[in-house]
Parts: sequence; structure tokens; C-alpha cells
Amino acid sequence: MSVVTLRPKAKPMPQAAKNVIDVKDLSLVFETNDGPVNALSNINLSVDGGEFVSFIGPSGCGKTTLLRVIADLEQPTSGSISVNGMTPSEARQKRAYGYVFQAAALYPWRTIAGNISLPLEVMGIPKAERKDSIARNLELVNLSGFEKKFPWQLSGGMQQRASIARALSFDPHLLLMDEPFGALDEIVRDHLNEELLKLWAKTQKTVVFVTHSIPEAVFLSTKIVVMSPRPGRIHEVIDCNLGSERTLDIRESPEFLEIAHRVREGLRHGHSYDQAHL
Amino acid sequence: MKRSPLAIVAFLLAAASLVLPTGADAPGFFFFATPALLFAASALALFASASNSSLIALLILVHLAAIFLIGLLGSFAMAAPAMGYWCMVVAAWLLAWLAVQRLAALRPKSVGLQRMVNLALPVLFGAWLLILWEIVVRGFGVPAILLPPPSMIAARIAGSVPTLWADFQQTFLKAAIAGYVIGCGSGFLAAIVVDRVPFLRKGLLPVGNLVAALPVVGIAPIMVMWFGSYWQSKAAVVVIMTFFPMLVNTVAGLAASGAMERDLMRTYGSSYTQTLFKLRLPAAMPFIFNALKINSTLALIGAIVAEFFGSPIVGMGFRISAEVGRMNVDMVWAEIFVAALAGSLSYGLITLIERVVTFWHPSYRT
Amino acid sequence: MNFVRNSVLPVGTVLIGILAVWYAFTVILNAPFERDQAARANTTISTGQLIENTMAQERPVLPAPHQVAAEIRKTVFDISPTSKRSLVYHGWVTLSSTLLGFGLGTLLGILLAIAIVHSRTLDKSLMPWIITSQTVPILAIAPMIIVVLNAVNITGLLPKAMISTYLSFFPVAVGMVKGLRSPEIMYLDLMRTYNASKAQVFWKLRWPASMPYLFTSMKIAVAISLVGAIVGELPTGAVAGIGARLLAGSYYGQTVQIWAALIVAALMAAVLVSLIGLIATFVNRRMGARA
Repeated sequence: MSVVTLRPKAKPMPQAAKNVIDVKDLSLVFETNDGPVNALSNINLSVDGGEFVSFIGPSGCGKTTLLRVIADLEQPTSGSISVNGMTPSEARQKRAYGYVFQAAALYPWRTIAGNISLPLEVMGIPKAERKDSIARNLELVNLSGFEKKFPWQLSGGMQQRASIARALSFDPHLLLMDEPFGALDEIVRDHLNEELLKLWAKTQKTVVFVTHSIPEAVFLSTKIVVMSPRPGRIHEVIDCNLGSERTLDIRESPEFLEIAHRVREGLRHGHSYDQAHL
Repeated sequence: MKRSPLAIVAFLLAAASLVLPTGADAPGFFFFATPALLFAASALALFASASNSSLIALLILVHLAAIFLIGLLGSFAMAAPAMGYWCMVVAAWLLAWLAVQRLAALRPKSVGLQRMVNLALPVLFGAWLLILWEIVVRGFGVPAILLPPPSMIAARIAGSVPTLWADFQQTFLKAAIAGYVIGCGSGFLAAIVVDRVPFLRKGLLPVGNLVAALPVVGIAPIMVMWFGSYWQSKAAVVVIMTFFPMLVNTVAGLAASGAMERDLMRTYGSSYTQTLFKLRLPAAMPFIFNALKINSTLALIGAIVAEFFGSPIVGMGFRISAEVGRMNVDMVWAEIFVAALAGSLSYGLITLIERVVTFWHPSYRT
Repeated sequence: MNFVRNSVLPVGTVLIGILAVWYAFTVILNAPFERDQAARANTTISTGQLIENTMAQERPVLPAPHQVAAEIRKTVFDISPTSKRSLVYHGWVTLSSTLLGFGLGTLLGILLAIAIVHSRTLDKSLMPWIITSQTVPILAIAPMIIVVLNAVNITGLLPKAMISTYLSFFPVAVGMVKGLRSPEIMYLDLMRTYNASKAQVFWKLRWPASMPYLFTSMKIAVAISLVGAIVGELPTGAVAGIGARLLAGSYYGQTVQIWAALIVAALMAAVLVSLIGLIATFVNRRMGARA
């Protein structure tokens, strides 16, 4: 990735460097036709500014649901949660976070530039500024020159990069990513992981990242939240700091393998008293 | 509790109707009961908490009021309904809308209850359409030629069952059904043939698609000339109208089975007919039923419109054009009611069969 | 080259086949009349003569294609378009009410769909009726609308256009409800994360997403509008329009005239539908659809 000049005016770091996300005793019960489902049960978690936190766990463990609660796309049944010191709803109204979905979810009738411009239009940002932001963020994800292309003309990996640029376009401090690379093949995924890491180092955003890939979680995160299903809960939080200058080679290192081992063990234990259900 | 603006307006109107003159001739039971009822209903909507029991009470009150309002129409021999009456009508309507709104907002837990609510909503909507139609037409004295009130149409239906039955027999049971069966059947067989010959498929499909968009019903005068004015000519129109939709849809359906499934049949060394009956026809069923549904509507349209071009003195289309000429609009509405009933019932029947046959299709999975 | 092989050649063959069958039937259907004539005149008629005669009758059971073509040429090109015997005149009468009705119907359908998508009450109470009404032979109502409106002195273009409006509004409303609901949950969630207003969700997401549905239903609507306008012309006592030509032709046994009117109506339908198809292609291209 080429060297990128950050925005000209130096933005102050998020003041509340502590506790960007604070979750206390949070539970969420879905009412379904087959009775209530405990999607989340007694979640306690805090995320500090500048952290890269991954939620990992088998399907049904509530990792995506937890992310959606942070984004105010689901409402918890009990407990409290604050995002940037506000309720998730207020945070959403203040446009505090960018959200990246499992699929790129680019609007097919808009060009790449048009897609990145979308949140800016919704937020009423003037045209000149929109143009700047589009150029800056496309460069950030290495997609300069693709402004006028339509989504279907790009590969899956490029589409997902465009959707990251879209999430960054209004410069939120918090980035919520829901298995953004889950649908991509492993080679593309490795590449994007590296790029995401550089981007994170450069922009100093707080990232919350949902994944079901152990190497991905270990490679990217400063903190790994291991979750387990039925009821969806946090099994273990593993600190993981492999230094800021990471390349893919690090995955061969003993430190990496050790953390990966701990995560795997955590997942296995979290799952163990669930065997009766299988 | 947030008070709905609808309830406030309804309350004010109901209060106004207590003092404004209604224009009724002699103060009878309805004269006093109707405004009182509406006043009670709007007070209920405004002040009672929005519980299920208050909603049911509101529904009962508002429909009682509607019956009373229609009853009150009988007492306007001398003068037209005045301001007070219309205030009551609007109040009743607003309250009914409010009740329907509250009913629609309910999300009952049990599936059976949800189904009942889902059925009740359109039924209430239709009922209020009829109620307002009746009240407005009679209240404003709209001439029956322009739009007869529903009660008059109902009376006409009840009074002319033999005529309606004879017309139905002629148009629906003979012309429409015969034409439908022949048209769909031949369209289906033609599709099987066309499907075997790729050259024909490429050539016929664009033509078939075009014909499906043409005003085919215009062929009716020619069919009447060829086949005479009896039901056979109507059936012929229906055959032509239903043939192409069936052809186009079946050909598309036969192409719908996936390449992987077809390869699988090949690995079994299955013959053309085996593949056709075990894979391609079942896969084509949703398309075929789509055509059957489109055609059920087309068949009725074709049979009725063809009768405009000449027919014996029986048949729905004949009756419509004859009674329109004599300005017996209520009879026309009666025929249209029968046509609507026949149309939606046959459509419903096909949908039912479709559900049984294509139970595996994603749109029916729960 | 592929286009020729996959499209022009097969379609051309089918069209030529239709023409051939048409000619064959012209001979078969019209021959009894010629034999009858010959028998009456106590002459025998050679097969060649018979075939020639069947294609040149005054009032054939089935006119030959070239007779219809000649009639169309005569009534379209040779007669001045202002004359009542010109098919251009009658075609325009039908077309104008078709277009007026289609325009109004489309507008009405879109507005209703917007209301239904935004109101749960309307969705639950009105939508079932709209779907049911699609199964009802609405066309049967056409003569009544015409006559009733004539009775209150609304005549001419408007009553016919109202039938077309009525007919075209249903497919558009149903299609647009589907279209406005077509965006996936993920797209809607995305707008929610931006805290977008209802109007923004509508203009930036629902409306563009519904475009393909709009054009598909507009194609159906314009075809049915034309049918409505033609049927609407039947009960007015054959004054003007394609429907009037059909009715007059059937009164006086003018089969050539009927067929000419039919073919012109078919051409009009084909042109209208493909015009909307063209607009759809253009809009889709603008909106980045695959070429």
C-alpha cells in the first residue's frame, strides 16, 4: 500500500480513550415460534479506544448479535450498554460508527464512488467535501481509479474493500465489522487482513471484528473475545499483542501459535458442555 | 398515553353531532341512539387504555353505530341528511380506521390468533367500503343509474338467481372451462414438442412472448363469425388467449431444472422420458401453475368480452351489454359480482392445488 | 453472426411458417364458398382457379395476408389521416386514451404502492383486496363505465382512459409494492447505521431498487391499457377507434377490415411494449446493470 497522507487537519484522538464500548450484564432473548432463545446471556465487556477486538465463536454463539446490539440494530432485553458514553441509539444518531457487513452490500445501481458517497449524502455533507472523502478513502483501500466502475465489475475482495471505504468515509472513530472477509477465499482474505492491519495502524480507529477464523482473529486483534453458544455468552477474553508491525510471516512464530492454541482450547471448552445438544 | 389525533377529531365530531341538526324527519330510536353510541365510542378511543378488551368494545360500538347510521337513512323522507348526520358518518369512519389501525398493530403470539387478525383486517376494510358506499350513495341521493347502493345490488342478486345461474352456466361452465382446458392442454403439449426442437424454441418463444402482450381478445368477432354465436365461439377465443401463456411458461419451466440435476440424471443413463417425468416436469410445475393462474383470469375475460360481439340471449357478457343498454345498472353489478366471485374462487382453487403439488417450492416453506 | 443464427433465422422461419399456414387456411376456409358459387353457376372450376379465387374474395371467411396488407396500406397510407376511414385516425383515437389511461394508472399505482409500503394498516387491510382484484375479470366492467359516464355527459376520451387507468393501476401497484420491498435487510440495516430518515431510505434505497419491477409491471400495464381502450370502444355504438372498427367490421361482415384493425392493434401493442422495454434498458444501463 502506498504511503497515504492523513487528513490535513490533525484530528484529536477520541477523548474517551478508555471505554469506547462498555457492556454490563447484558442479555438478549429472542421470542420465536419455538419458544424463547437466549441469544446473549450476561455479557460483560469493555473496549478501549484504539483497540482491535475480535469476537470469535461457533455459529449461534451470539457474536454477530452482540455486534448488532452495539450498532443499535438489536435491542437488549436487559443490562446496560454504552457506546462513546452514550446509549447505542444516541451513538447511532450521532453517526459514531461505521459498519461493515458480511457481504459488501454495495448498492448495485451506484458506482463505487456513488456508494462511498451514500452515507455522506445521507448525512448532508456538501459535494466538495464528499469528493475529497471519496478520493481519500478509495486511496486508503487501494481502489483509486475505480470510482466510475459499478460493483459487479469488481472482484469480491475489491467489493469488500470498497465497503470498508464506505464505512470509513464519514470518519467514524469506531469500526464495526461483521465477518467482512468470511465469503472470500483464503488467499484474498490473507491479503485483506494485512491491508486492514495497516489501515488500522494508520487511522488509529477502534475496531470490533466478528470472525470464525482463529488465525484471522489472532493475526488482527489486540484482544480476542471467545464466545460459546446456548446461551450465547463470553467464555474467555484473551489478550493478544503481537506488536504493531505484523506481517503474515508472524503466523509461523511460536507466540502466534501459542495464542492460537489458547483460543482453540477456549473454543473447545466453551463448547464442551454443549455436546448434549449435538 | 399518547392520544391519537384520529380519536380527538372523532370525539369532536361526535360531540358536534349531538347539537347539530341531522335532518331526520321524526326523532326515533336511531335518532337518539346513534350520536350517543358514537360519543361513547370516541370517548372510549380517547380515554380508555389501549387494551384488547377496549379494542373489542370499540369495534363492536363502531359497527353498531354503522348499522344505526344506515338505519337512520330510512328516516330522510322529507329532506336530505344535514350536517349533523355527516359529522356522525365521518366520526364513525375515523373510529373504524383507528380500530383497524390498532388491530393491525397487534402482534399476537399465537399463530391462530395472528391468522384471525390477518383475515379480519381486509374483511373490515371491505365492510367499511360497502358501508360508506351505501351511506354516501343514499345520503347524497346519487342516482341508481350512476352507482346503485350495495343493498340494491344484493336485493337484485337475491331476486334473480335463476337468470344469474343460467348466465353463469353458459359463460363460465361451458365457454370458459372448455376453452381453458383445451387452451392450456394444447399449450402444454405444444411446449413439450417445442422443447425437443431447439430451433423451434428459439423461433417460437419471442413470437409467443409477443402474442401474450397482444390484444388477443380482439379476435372475438372473427371467432363469432367462424363458430357461430353459441358458446363454441367463446371457447375458441379462450383457447387462443390461454394457449400462448401456457406455451411460454411451460417452455421456460422445462428449462428451469439445474444443469447439475440434469447431469445427475445422465449419470444414471436415464432416457428422455425418464428425465422429463422425474426431473424436468416437477421442476417446471411452479411455471405451469403460474400460467394456469394467469389463464384462469384470461379465460373469464375472454368468454365475457367475446359475448359483446354476438351471442344467444343468455350469458354474462350478453347480460352485461344488454342491461347496460337498458340502464339496469344494478343487474350489471350483480353480474360483475358473480364474475368476481367466480374469478377469485377459481384462482383460489388453482392456488390450493398448486400448494399441494409444489409443496417443496421455497415460497411455501415455513 | 450468432444473432442471425440464434434469433433472426428461427424467428423468421416461424413467421414464414405462420404465413404459410395462414395461406393454407385461406384456401381451405374460403374454398366452400367458391365451390358453391361454381355449383350455382353450373360451371366447374379448376383447382388453380379455385385457389386464386379464394385469395381475392370480397368478404372471405379468412382473408389472405396480402389482402390484409393491402387494406392496411390503403387505410394507413392512401387515405388522409383526418378521414374517418383512415386507420391512422382510429389508431390515434385508441392510442391517445391508452396513453392517458396508462399514465394516470401508473401514477396511481406508484402512489398507492408507496402508501402501502409505509402503512402497516393499509398493507394488512387493502393489499389482500388488490391481490384478489387481479383475479377478477375487470374488463367486464368496461361497458358499464362507458355507458354510465355517458349518461352523466362525460364522453369521449375520458371514460375510455378511465378503464385503461383502472386496468393498468393494479399491475403497477402490485409490482411496485414488491419492488419497494425488494431491498435486502442488510441494505436497510446499512441505512439505519447512517441514521437515515424515512425519506432518505425511500429515495436512496427503495425507489432505485424498485426500478426493474416498475418497468416489468409497466409493460404489462401498457398492454392491458390498450386492451381496455379497445374494449371500451365497443359499447359506444362504434364511433371511432380500433374497437369501433372491429365492431363495425363484425356488423357488416367486413373480415378484411377486422383483420386489418387487429394487425394494427397488435403492432401498436408491440411498439408500446418494446418502447417501454427500450426505456427500461436505458435506465438500467444508467443504473449500472450488466450490458
